[in-house]
Amino acid sequence: MAKKTNKDVFVEPIFRSNPIGLLVLGICSALAVTTKLETAIAMSIAVTLVTGLSSFAISQIRTTIPFSIRIIVQMTVIATLVILVDQFLKAYFFDVSKQMSVFVGLIITNCIVMGRAEGYAMSNDPAKSFWDGVGNGVGYSVVLILVAFFRELFGSGTLYGHVIFKTGAEGWYVPNGLMLLPPSAFFLIAFFIWGVRTWDKTQVGK
Amino acid sequence: MQDDARRTFMVAGTLCLVCSVLVSTAAVVLRPAQKENQRLDVQKNILEVAGIYDESKPIGAQYDDGWKKLVVLGHRPNGQPNGEYLSKEEAAVAGIDIATFDSRKAIKVEKLSTEINDGALPHIARRSYYMFVYEIRGEGKDAPLDKIILPIYGKGLWSTLYGFISLEPDCETISGITFYQHGETPGLGGEVERQSWKDSWKGKKAFSDGDFSKPTISVVKGKASGDSQIDGLSGATITSKGVNDLVKYWLGPDAFGPYLDRVRSEQNPQAE
Repeated sequence: MAKKTNKDVFVEPIFRSNPIGLLVLGICSALAVTTKLETAIAMSIAVTLVTGLSSFAISQIRTTIPFSIRIIVQMTVIATLVILVDQFLKAYFFDVSKQMSVFVGLIITNCIVMGRAEGYAMSNDPAKSFWDGVGNGVGYSVVLILVAFFRELFGSGTLYGHVIFKTGAEGWYVPNGLMLLPPSAFFLIAFFIWGVRTWDKTQVGK
Repeated sequence: MQDDARRTFMVAGTLCLVCSVLVSTAAVVLRPAQKENQRLDVQKNILEVAGIYDESKPIGAQYDDGWKKLVVLGHRPNGQPNGEYLSKEEAAVAGIDIATFDSRKAIKVEKLSTEINDGALPHIARRSYYMFVYEIRGEGKDAPLDKIILPIYGKGLWSTLYGFISLEPDCETISGITFYQHGETPGLGGEVERQSWKDSWKGKKAFSDGDFSKPTISVVKGKASGDSQIDGLSGATITSKGVNDLVKYWLGPDAFGPYLDRVRSEQNPQAE
């Protein structure tokens, strides 16, 4: 395998090895916060920040971490960052943080963050780890925002809170209630995976 | 070398120290902003439950501190009359400052709060003798009473739900309900926040057949029928029951009942 540049480690996880599309990680929160674009975008930013910074921090201390407690050390670093993000949201984006409720805290258990820490940051230098983390965060975000786009548009007839399809008494659009329920995210993610795997045959499992 | 026990403990200890310093610094630095947000959120909930919230205007411009009245509840502590407003003199005797009074903090003070020991309702141990109600009036000095907003709280499944219930001036018709703080499961008990469910309370009667001694409003399983039933939340039996119990308690004779009786007789004196 040729040596990867920072750009490669950043771009690759966005489509070619997307954490949701290829690895099917982090599905839980993808179902929960995607009924509206606003929360999906906030979640995306939070996860991207946390993955980038935790990968960076863990890579920075990777030679010091005793092997036997490496997982718990990773968890501690990730949990700290998530709490910081949560506190920050509560102070400056109160409405968003209220809507995301427990899901900000649950970033701690998001497999993508931990997966990148253990799978990449433990064996690569800080700069590359940072870009790998951010790349995976953005990869996750792309799927999240895409799913939220369709769910909000067809579920409530709005985008980012602005009315696109008029609903209700004087409107013409009857909102699709299924779109607001978690299963719809499964269907949309399945379509996304289908699309990506049609475009890139190498991702098809054997 | 990396796995030597002493080193392992040292690395773990140092890491914990660094992380806890970071977390506590953030918590302390951001606290004032968070507190302010919570205060505004409570005001926003009051406006929303009163049905007068306008998204385009700042909350501070719509909210009026003059609506807030501290009411004496129940057991006649220190001899104050039941359901009356707490006057400045009485407040001084009780040793409380109306401007900064916090009924949640009062729970921890023996002489400002009482035990709730009638068993089932509303699964909370204590409540303050004094609670703020919000009497929404229109503009102008002698504007008639528009809505009465009462604070309510009680246990759901995982957490204590804090909210408000809004009544029409007849002290009987419910015009809204809201919960601004709770820790129920999102998607199940957390659905107490869902607009369509909150809207299902509108126009319901808290009491029936002109009997105001006991609220008859209830959250029921299955299909709600009649004026005093609310459709329960599916998948959230215990949260629904909690809401049922807490609404019954706070509107009942042990809590806001006497206050509501007083307002009711002031609103339609001829009915008495």
